[in-house]
Amino acid sequence: MLEKALVGTKRYYGLLAILAGIFALGFLFYLKQLQFGLGITGMGRDVSWGFYIAQFTYLVGVAASAVMVVLPYYLHNYKAFGRVTILGEFLAVAAVSMCVTFVLVDMGRPDRVFNVFKYPTPNSVMFWDIIVLNGYLLLNILIGWNVLECERHSVPPPKWLKPFIYLSIPWAVSIHTVTAFLYAGLPGRGYWLTAIMAPRFLSSAFAAGPALLTLLCLIVRKFTKFDPGKEQIQTLGKIVTYAILINVFFFFCEIFTVFYSQIPDHMLHFQYLFAGIGGKARLVPFMWFSIVGMIVAALLLVNPGFRQNETTLAALCGLVIVTTWLDKGLGLMTGGFVPNPLEKVTEYWPTIPEAIITLGVWAMGFLILTVLYKVAVSIKEELRA
Amino acid sequence: MADNNYKNEFGFFAERPKVEKKFYDRNKVIAGLVIFLALVTLPLWPNLGKTIPAPQRQLDTPVIQKMAEKDRQCLMPTEWMRANHMQMLVDWRDTVVRSQEQGAPSVREFVTPDGRRYLASLTNTCMDCHSNKVQFCDQCHNYAAVVPNCWGCHLETGKKLAEAK
Amino acid sequence: MGIDRREFIRIAGLSTLLGLSGKGAFELLRPGQVEAAMEQAPGALEGKRWAMVVNMQKLDDATASKCAEACHRVHNVPDFHSPKDPKDALDPAVINRYEIKWLWAEHFHNAFPGEEQEMPEKIKTLPFLLLCNHCNNPPCVRVCPTKATFRRDDGIVMMDMHRCIGCRFCMAGCPYSARSFNWRDPRPFVKDVFPGYPTREIGVVEKCTFCAERLAQGLMPACVEASRGALVFGDLLDEKSKVRETLKKYFTIRRKTHLGTNPQVYYIV
Repeated sequence: MLEKALVGTKRYYGLLAILAGIFALGFLFYLKQLQFGLGITGMGRDVSWGFYIAQFTYLVGVAASAVMVVLPYYLHNYKAFGRVTILGEFLAVAAVSMCVTFVLVDMGRPDRVFNVFKYPTPNSVMFWDIIVLNGYLLLNILIGWNVLECERHSVPPPKWLKPFIYLSIPWAVSIHTVTAFLYAGLPGRGYWLTAIMAPRFLSSAFAAGPALLTLLCLIVRKFTKFDPGKEQIQTLGKIVTYAILINVFFFFCEIFTVFYSQIPDHMLHFQYLFAGIGGKARLVPFMWFSIVGMIVAALLLVNPGFRQNETTLAALCGLVIVTTWLDKGLGLMTGGFVPNPLEKVTEYWPTIPEAIITLGVWAMGFLILTVLYKVAVSIKEELRA
Repeated sequence: MADNNYKNEFGFFAERPKVEKKFYDRNKVIAGLVIFLALVTLPLWPNLGKTIPAPQRQLDTPVIQKMAEKDRQCLMPTEWMRANHMQMLVDWRDTVVRSQEQGAPSVREFVTPDGRRYLASLTNTCMDCHSNKVQFCDQCHNYAAVVPNCWGCHLETGKKLAEAK
Repeated sequence: MGIDRREFIRIAGLSTLLGLSGKGAFELLRPGQVEAAMEQAPGALEGKRWAMVVNMQKLDDATASKCAEACHRVHNVPDFHSPKDPKDALDPAVINRYEIKWLWAEHFHNAFPGEEQEMPEKIKTLPFLLLCNHCNNPPCVRVCPTKATFRRDDGIVMMDMHRCIGCRFCMAGCPYSARSFNWRDPRPFVKDVFPGYPTREIGVVEKCTFCAERLAQGLMPACVEASRGALVFGDLLDEKSKVRETLKKYFTIRRKTHLGTNPQVYYIV
């Protein structure tokens, strides 16, 4: 089926070329990072995880959100989603590839990555994270590819595939839960030491992922002959709405617990993010934009008028993506590390090489996404012809 | 659509569709193969025609020269060392750093089969006698194109020699 | 050529797998360890639970600096404030990020954050020496995915620089900010190389190891030797050790005990 990815319009080739170019640029800067060390990023002794791990966290959420299209279709026979499950699964493949790449890019010694497999350590959450992430990648490739191929030949999927599909549903929840557990089990980091970390991650994921999927469906409809369907997009919109509402609610739960209990260790991180400490307030405007944006998006999405108009839906989905990214991609990391365990404030901001490497990995992910979507969409176009 | 359905009860290779044997794109394929072979043998091209001399390991370091001829023996016999020094150093590394992990006491000394004891340390034992890394270690390593990654952390000059200076 | 694309890819994939697993099998089955004994050095100090008492009544700024200098000197810890080549000089913000410190001094409100109470003025400016606490229940060991940091039987939380993959999970897990990472090559910033200990490469985490290499040769940790009695080091489970005596005589506080890490560095204030 990959032959479908090799032929396309000039626009398709152009997109592939641009993405490949950005990826190549990011790769060159990564070589510089390998030679100099992770010091070319903005990370340091106090903020020891930064942009790369933040992207990884955000993208694990996007990957997990594939379950939001798989579950209704396979478990509850919501036939309408039959058109878009493949898009969700391929988005998951692209997202998990980006996750794994971000982890590799963030490692100090990527040449020693196999130590994780040579010396398995079940008490380490990171060990499990690597297993579930790779497992999810394989699952989605297996399921997506087989279902698409069977659809192409107009045969039902093979029976042995069903258990894997059912497995992918709790597995999706697990990848994001395990990633949340990376943060939620650390005794020294008050911002992360909350039982609600995993639920917050999931709600934010199920808002961001389907929002991205909605935008992708609209793009697919605009630029190809395959129409994912108005009903499908509306259902995705409803999923985004409820997920973002729950996400905002969880955020207010956090605020209450932290500020009503008045424990300094927990309050300081929120203070840094939303007000700044001692004049150091780099993230304040971003965090306020994020939370206000999320509330605005939630309130507007609830209104069926805004949701049913696909232009406003697209805009609101874009807002959801940006605000959840700011919350998880920027706020989560820095909020956890600032102030440090000695209550000192060291601010963090990504450097230019760090940003370019990040863009390179995103470009790689979108490259994979474009190729896979081309295959899926071409086959669907072919079927409907 | 039952296309490419050539699997019968005997497996994959029975009753394949009759395809006319034709070498498509002959010129492009052969050109590609030639370019591939050229690229894959690229590392060999610079050394074509040259004779690389055998490694000349020098033992004329101050510490070795000070010893009497009969006392000049390494921890283990030369042939053994040549074959096993890599494994030995790795074992030293794992034992010295991690012995306590297995509940064993922290060990630091290597005892040869004939009872001599040495501190298990590349820098402070091996490099004490073999203080000429370039004329000794690098000779064979360069010849065999081996890049041991010890030297990024471990120093070339041990305590005794550094204090002597 | 009579073979279709799918068949070709299948055969190629299988051959690759066989080739790779052949190499893997060779690695697993090849001859193992060297046949020779490794033993303890004579005079090695043995303990069941090493601990340290920092007597702030005997510690002043000068002594605290000496202790930190001694530690950093014998372990080749880079000093980013003073590069070997002046051209390598760094911005202060960058120095703050790259800084590697195994032992350093902080004031009370940083060493014991959250303990806001009235206290003698003197205590507010005392140089509390901070280091890895070699906790009995270390969160850093719990999170390390390769056991590159592990708790020894004698209580020391050890660091295996050979195995560390540089994921920095341990740095996130430590509640005491005791760990440092090599964000770049440290060697240009190690002015006087101490030949008895290696340097580190980029990409690994490092921290105080209670001078395990010195204990194995019968020596006290470098900071203890430089402290002129302000630092007491010994075996907590040995009734007759100086540490036990000191703890019986003085009341001590520890950092962030409510987190359950059971730190083994005690402070006499």
